[in-house]
Amino acid sequence: MKISANQPAAAASSQQTSSSFSWHPGSAISIGHFSLPDVDRILARAAKLEAMPVPRRAKLLQKRRVALLFYESSTRTRTSFELAAKSLGADTVLVSALSSSIEKGESLKDTGLTLRALGAECIILRHPNSGAPFLLARETGLPVLNAGDGMHEHPSQALLDLRTILSRIGRAQHTRPVARVPIDEKTLAGVTVTITGDILHSRVARSNALLLPRLGAQVVLCGPPELLPEMAADIGPGVSIERDFERALARSQVAMMLRIQKERLAGLQLDLARYIERYRLNGERLRRFAPEALVMHPGPMIRGLEITSDVADGPQSAITEQVHHGVAVRMALLARALGATAARSHRAATKARPA
Amino acid sequence: MSAILIRGGRLIDPAAGIDAPHDLLLEQGIVAAVGAPGELDAAARERHATVIEAAGRVVAPGFIDIHVHLREPGQAYKETIASGTRAAAAGGFTTVCAMPNTTPVNDSPEITRWMQAPERNAAIRVLPIAAATRGSMGEQLTDYAALKKAGAVAISDDGKPILGDAIMRDALALGARVGLPVIQHAENTDCTHGASMNLGALSFRLGLRGMSVEAESSIVARDIALLATMRDTPAHLHVAHLSTAAALDAVRRAKGEGLRVTCEVAPHHFTLTEQAVGDYDTHAKMNPPLRSEQDRMALIAGLADGTVDAIATDHAPHAPHEKEQEFERTPNGITGLETALGLSLQTLHQEHKIPLARIVELLTSGPARVLNLTQCGSLVKGRPADLVLFSPDETWTYATSHSLSKNSPFLGWTLPGRIHATIVAGRVLDPEKSLGA
Repeated sequence: MKISANQPAAAASSQQTSSSFSWHPGSAISIGHFSLPDVDRILARAAKLEAMPVPRRAKLLQKRRVALLFYESSTRTRTSFELAAKSLGADTVLVSALSSSIEKGESLKDTGLTLRALGAECIILRHPNSGAPFLLARETGLPVLNAGDGMHEHPSQALLDLRTILSRIGRAQHTRPVARVPIDEKTLAGVTVTITGDILHSRVARSNALLLPRLGAQVVLCGPPELLPEMAADIGPGVSIERDFERALARSQVAMMLRIQKERLAGLQLDLARYIERYRLNGERLRRFAPEALVMHPGPMIRGLEITSDVADGPQSAITEQVHHGVAVRMALLARALGATAARSHRAATKARPA
Repeated sequence: MSAILIRGGRLIDPAAGIDAPHDLLLEQGIVAAVGAPGELDAAARERHATVIEAAGRVVAPGFIDIHVHLREPGQAYKETIASGTRAAAAGGFTTVCAMPNTTPVNDSPEITRWMQAPERNAAIRVLPIAAATRGSMGEQLTDYAALKKAGAVAISDDGKPILGDAIMRDALALGARVGLPVIQHAENTDCTHGASMNLGALSFRLGLRGMSVEAESSIVARDIALLATMRDTPAHLHVAHLSTAAALDAVRRAKGEGLRVTCEVAPHHFTLTEQAVGDYDTHAKMNPPLRSEQDRMALIAGLADGTVDAIATDHAPHAPHEKEQEFERTPNGITGLETALGLSLQTLHQEHKIPLARIVELLTSGPARVLNLTQCGSLVKGRPADLVLFSPDETWTYATSHSLSKNSPFLGWTLPGRIHATIVAGRVLDPEKSLGA
């Protein structure tokens, strides 16, 4: 987006809309780019694809080329996207930073253009720098699915978390299929979701805090100031901070735990023992303060640190369900990215390619 | 060189207290006469002077930018002294002061002289600012007396703040002894590691590490405290590219206490806020970063009330491949020489009603006073014939650049203040043409 859009006003302007289309509309970069009807369509499509007979599903993106470009390690997200693409019939290729020319200093732009020239029609990107998917999407014109960028966002995780929540609470009432839950601003009315842990470094926390309140949920962020600065509450409406974990648990229908990202803690003075004492979700805390709450964790989890095994493996845990829902949601995102409109723009991109 | 008569214009020369229709006669590269309209016609005819009609135009001293990066020696792929000074001329500048963060760092009289050599083919006057410490490493002072003798007009480790109390005090003291101001890039780098924009709710949402207001204001406060212990010396602190209300307040208080502190503000800081980062637009990444609307309004108030001494661009050219990177990896800075007048007129004059004469002051006599440039910034008789002609209301679109780099968020903007001619030592540079290349 160019800030020249509407200057004089731009000078004093405080709001820049995020609806610029300088990238492919099939992209999934920030959860804020999705309207509630978009979210509704994605979840409906996820349900439809999941229910579809496998051979039929495998024809949907037959022989389409999907590149997975991973600058950071990943188990769940990478495998989930790859399985999603393959189950729709697409060919996938994995490029990871340590075994490619990225190691030789090739830029993100050139890596993207190279993948496009090799026939990639969609790029799934995980990158340590916030905002990297915008750059890749602008430079390649391809649909880019953000599989996590720095401390910014992880939109497919927020969508699969939403699907998980809806499958267990809310209007679904444990009976009707997920696809029937209409997505609107009241879908999660009365639901409080507490996200606890390293909020500062968490792209999952940001995407969820930007999505869930739009469906009527209250999002409570919980953690010590080192990992949860006051300004986090200003990320959007419906988000507040509660430093006392037990008080937060007591009002929650969902307890989402986050990993302490030791690799990003450099320079922060964090007393891990004290952290565990105050913020670990263990069986006793769960029984006392949130005996009905759904327990979630985007993974990877460090058992014994932010969560104990009895909780992670217990009946309230939806942690493996989250992983399961990931495949369906990512099938829907891929189908959306490579749908009819995407095919048109792929031809345009091919034409624009230098001879 | 033939004489030039500039006739029918509105002369704004804040240092001389003039804002009225006046004609100017330029001869031998200096201002030969300033007179009432028509008063110089006979003298001009006598000298077969070339006549420049300036009706409807402002005639002002050539602008002075005390903070530019011309990238030579060593980074000629970003900018050269030749290209940067042509961009400056296109923006109405006749004097620019070049920061020392070149490769190698300008910490020696040899490099200081090299930058001013005729071989650099500068279109306008280039006055080097030399490094405060060897290699700008913040440890060992350079030879200020020798640097001044070689032509340096100030001392700075710009881009790298002088953090140590003792070395900063020594720099101010040595600067005082030889008569050079010390320009500080005020940033406590101990708390800005990895930061790429203003710290706040927006940086949190974008997942970018932020640079706090205190990172700037604490260094400004520290420097002012040091200066306060040196009242018996002519030590002079100049705060570069001041960007926050808190730092501005500190400067305002220090000035009130009679301390020799001056400061400059960049056009992007009074025109844009952190919101311009948008979707990680690397042309909105600079250091100090774009700040909040509250900071922006405070800067505009400071520009209006005299707390701010100068508008300076911090012109920082970078090659396309450097700005086409991930936001956090891309280098800081944008170009600014060609848009300084337009942004000043649009934001300060049109939107905030700051008088035209004050804006001209901030671009001429203000910066001249900061660096004690006695030959620049005014058009009284006998001074070098450095001036600019512009139409304050006529708009133009920033579409091409004379700079080697195009890293400006203002490309495509339509701005007021068309420059018609920049004249250096009586030589006319037409921005529509090659600018004396």
